[in-house]
Amino acid sequence: MSKAETTDEQDLGAAGSQLSTAPREETGQVPTMGVIGWTRWFWRQLTSMRVALILLFLLSLGSIPGSLVPQTGVDELKVADWKATHEFWTPLFEKLQLFDVYSSVWFSAIYILLFISLIGCIVPRTWQFVGQLRGRPPGAPKRLTRLPAYTTWRTGGEPEQVLAAARDLLTKRRFRAHTVGDAVAAEKGYLREAGNLLFHIALIVMLVAFAAGQLFKSEGGKLVLKGSGFANTLTQYDDFRSGSLFNTDDLPPFSFTLDRFDASYERSGPQKGTPRTFKAYVTYAEGADGKPRKAAIEVNKPLVVDGTKVYLLGHGYAPVVSVTDARGKKVFNSAVPLLPIDSNITSTGAVKVSDGYRDKNGKEEQLGFNAFFVPTFAGEGKGQMFSQFPALDFPVLALSAYHGSLGVDAGLPQNVYQLETSKMKEFKDPEGQLFKQRLLPGESMTLPNGAGKVKFEGVERWATFQISQQPGSGLALAGAIAAIAGLVGSLFIQRRRVWVRAVRNADGVTVVEMAGLGRSESAKLPEELADLAVALLAEAPAAPATDPADLADSTDPADSTDSDNPVEGARA
Amino acid sequence: MTLAAAANENLANISNVLIYSSMAVYTLAFLAHIAEWVFGSRSKVGRTAAALTGKSGQSAAAPAVTVKAAAQGGGTAVLDKPKVVTRSAAGTRDVPDGPGAAGGDAQGDLYGRIAVSLTALAFLVEAGGVVARALSVERAPWGNMYEFSITFSTVAVGAYLGFLAARKNVRWLGLALVTTVLLDLGVATKWLYTESDQLVPALDSYWLWIHVSTAIFCGAVFYLGAVGTVLYLFRDAYEGKLARGGKPGSFATSVLERMPSAASLDKFAYRVNAAVFPLWTFTIIAGAIWAGDAWGRYWGWDPKEVWSFVTWVAYACYLHARATAGWKGRKAAYLALFAFACWIWNYYGVNILLSGKHSYGGV
Ligand code: HEM
Repeated sequence: MSKAETTDEQDLGAAGSQLSTAPREETGQVPTMGVIGWTRWFWRQLTSMRVALILLFLLSLGSIPGSLVPQTGVDELKVADWKATHEFWTPLFEKLQLFDVYSSVWFSAIYILLFISLIGCIVPRTWQFVGQLRGRPPGAPKRLTRLPAYTTWRTGGEPEQVLAAARDLLTKRRFRAHTVGDAVAAEKGYLREAGNLLFHIALIVMLVAFAAGQLFKSEGGKLVLKGSGFANTLTQYDDFRSGSLFNTDDLPPFSFTLDRFDASYERSGPQKGTPRTFKAYVTYAEGADGKPRKAAIEVNKPLVVDGTKVYLLGHGYAPVVSVTDARGKKVFNSAVPLLPIDSNITSTGAVKVSDGYRDKNGKEEQLGFNAFFVPTFAGEGKGQMFSQFPALDFPVLALSAYHGSLGVDAGLPQNVYQLETSKMKEFKDPEGQLFKQRLLPGESMTLPNGAGKVKFEGVERWATFQISQQPGSGLALAGAIAAIAGLVGSLFIQRRRVWVRAVRNADGVTVVEMAGLGRSESAKLPEELADLAVALLAEAPAAPATDPADLADSTDPADSTDSDNPVEGARA
Repeated sequence: MTLAAAANENLANISNVLIYSSMAVYTLAFLAHIAEWVFGSRSKVGRTAAALTGKSGQSAAAPAVTVKAAAQGGGTAVLDKPKVVTRSAAGTRDVPDGPGAAGGDAQGDLYGRIAVSLTALAFLVEAGGVVARALSVERAPWGNMYEFSITFSTVAVGAYLGFLAARKNVRWLGLALVTTVLLDLGVATKWLYTESDQLVPALDSYWLWIHVSTAIFCGAVFYLGAVGTVLYLFRDAYEGKLARGGKPGSFATSVLERMPSAASLDKFAYRVNAAVFPLWTFTIIAGAIWAGDAWGRYWGWDPKEVWSFVTWVAYACYLHARATAGWKGRKAAYLALFAFACWIWNYYGVNILLSGKHSYGGV
């Protein structure tokens, strides 16, 4: 695998040791001892770089199916569609949990193993790093010429003076330097390791934060009519989901009222009808009886109250309908939210008059209307009644009328947007057909046989909000920022060592040698060494050149006797 | 209102004209690069084989870097510049970098310089096109794939010119880069073109500036890294063959001999990928924050999110591989290419073939 590297390592002796905390490559030796041996072997494998690499690769491969097969957690309708059109594959895909990739057993197994491996790797590396910080850089190897960057010169000063100057210089440049024997050993760039550890720890923090968020989150939707409000208690939600450790007492108390809703749309061009702005103006109060405050919620700008975010999700229209019964008494007057069925907000729903209505015989009855609404009508006789534009340019409401029992008392939960007509009778028009009529705002229709009157009073707006609370997102963000900081440190800082040796030669001249070693090859390393050499030359000037000597053949310049031009005398 | 609209339409037309003009200039740069390669081939230099088969293997051809260290305190003595000898780590080939496409030929070099100048001119014209587009839509010019594509190639060329300006040895990138920029612009103008228009509310946020600009930048620079990786694989195979005493074909020799050494190409690719990785991490996090504001959830495994994650993990894999002895070199290079392939798929494949929340007005 890396024979070259091991020989290199041996050559350099201890000089290159502990320059990082990366675990050594395991050679995959099979253990001989029993259970303990196997366990230890397994643990070593799991925490090795090779297995980390494989698990990372599996993680990236494993995420892919989730983008190709529809996911239950993302779009349930799509999953149902897919299942309907691929009947043959569905059982197999279900078995493989391909509709829930990101919560599947196999995907979880990959990332849990990866994080165990990560923790098993981080802990010893951290100790090792602390040890390295406490210890000192290893002494100079015998033959500095073998290091990736090397320079030498001869000087007149005493070796001790040169070493002292070198040590001062290196310390000033923020190396950790100390003198061992005839050389100064110095090291710098510990932030690389610190950054790397910080990055990996931040990954764990982020995972913990996501897990906490999943377990404690809550999320629900609410449709709010203009002028009405919402209070953050469970019963007020239209729909509600929460993590398994969530407790309803955790819902922070607050309330808001929708004062106004503005929407604008592209009026012309190829994208006519595309929404341009949505804005919900609300008055909200923190706590049970906090001071009311104003705010505007936009698609990209949720309202944040007490750690809970209120998002604007959608909007629609609610025609205001009033019903006068046979006696001439107004028994119903309210805005009825309808659900949009297309992007031009063609909307459908039901108007249900459950209380107070009496027919002409004075008998109590319930009324129901199927409602169809378009904000911009195409005009009489122009094809089907679908909206032409999402704004209220030419609103028209169509109602078809029923009477009888709405079935709301049966105890079963009922969809407020759908009329349950099994116990209802149609009002008939003179031709014997279902009685229905189109109304403009302000228009009324008279029900057959003096059964009363229905008036389309006007149009209100509603907006839907998602109220969600996800603890841990702050922690996740902190983890993410730490991860980036750690990465930058880890990838841009080079950890390197510098040695300076000064020995008196046989002919009484002091020979200075400098060498540098980094984690990886880098052009910066020789540059820095040259820089340091220039600085040190000021303290230990080169001995005057008399004879342009040639050190090129000498593998150990300390042995050479006759080179007087040391600065240029390096191995070329 | 109508006046402003007319002005915007005018600007949009100017933008289109600029983009087409830049394509014309890139084509000229492409031809100049071809000339550089053709004329450069006259002077053949077979230094690689010599270095690989030369005696003792080391130092004979080792890139003896003479470092110009600034003499401190205004010292002028030439003597004060120590010569630092560098040695490659054991186990790597000591091979000098090739002389570049011009191959030391003066005429080839002239064509090369012309090519670079034309590329710089085309870059300015293209950047003008992007700015005019931004002015015409009165927003960041990153609302649809056409706009991404023109920005993408502008940034890639800008990064390349930036490396050149910093005196990095990257002219070997020129031909590959200009060719692919032409392809990118061709695809953008022919298939992805969208009339300039405003954004849907979900895209209208300052996060657009942050998230999308860094995403495009990362992609463009990762692209340069990927080109380096591909060339590394070719050059490495070439050097390997020579080292084993094989004889590569004459075309391969002519082209690859002029490339930087495999080690240099590998280093270039690694540096670029490693430098961009933290920014890519930031891009994903910024995207998650934006999604949190726009859609009420930070992470929903939308196809775009999935593929960003896959790309991120693949690059993390590559960086890990470099730290594991057995995976250095070619294996790590394959991982880097896989990672970049994920990025490209995330851009074209996911935008066009997979629908998700990340779909934009008119692609
Ligand atoms: C959650 C999955 C992981 C991710 C996303 C990840 C990502 C990264 C990245 C991007 C780097 C490059 C930074 C650098 O070169 O300094 C790196 C380095 C490193 N990783 Fe991981 N890592 C993960 C898991 C692990 C595990 C499980 C281990 C231990 C077995 C590990 C050990 C290391 C080591 C030792 C380095 C430093 C290599 C060197 O010093 O050059 N990582 N990791």
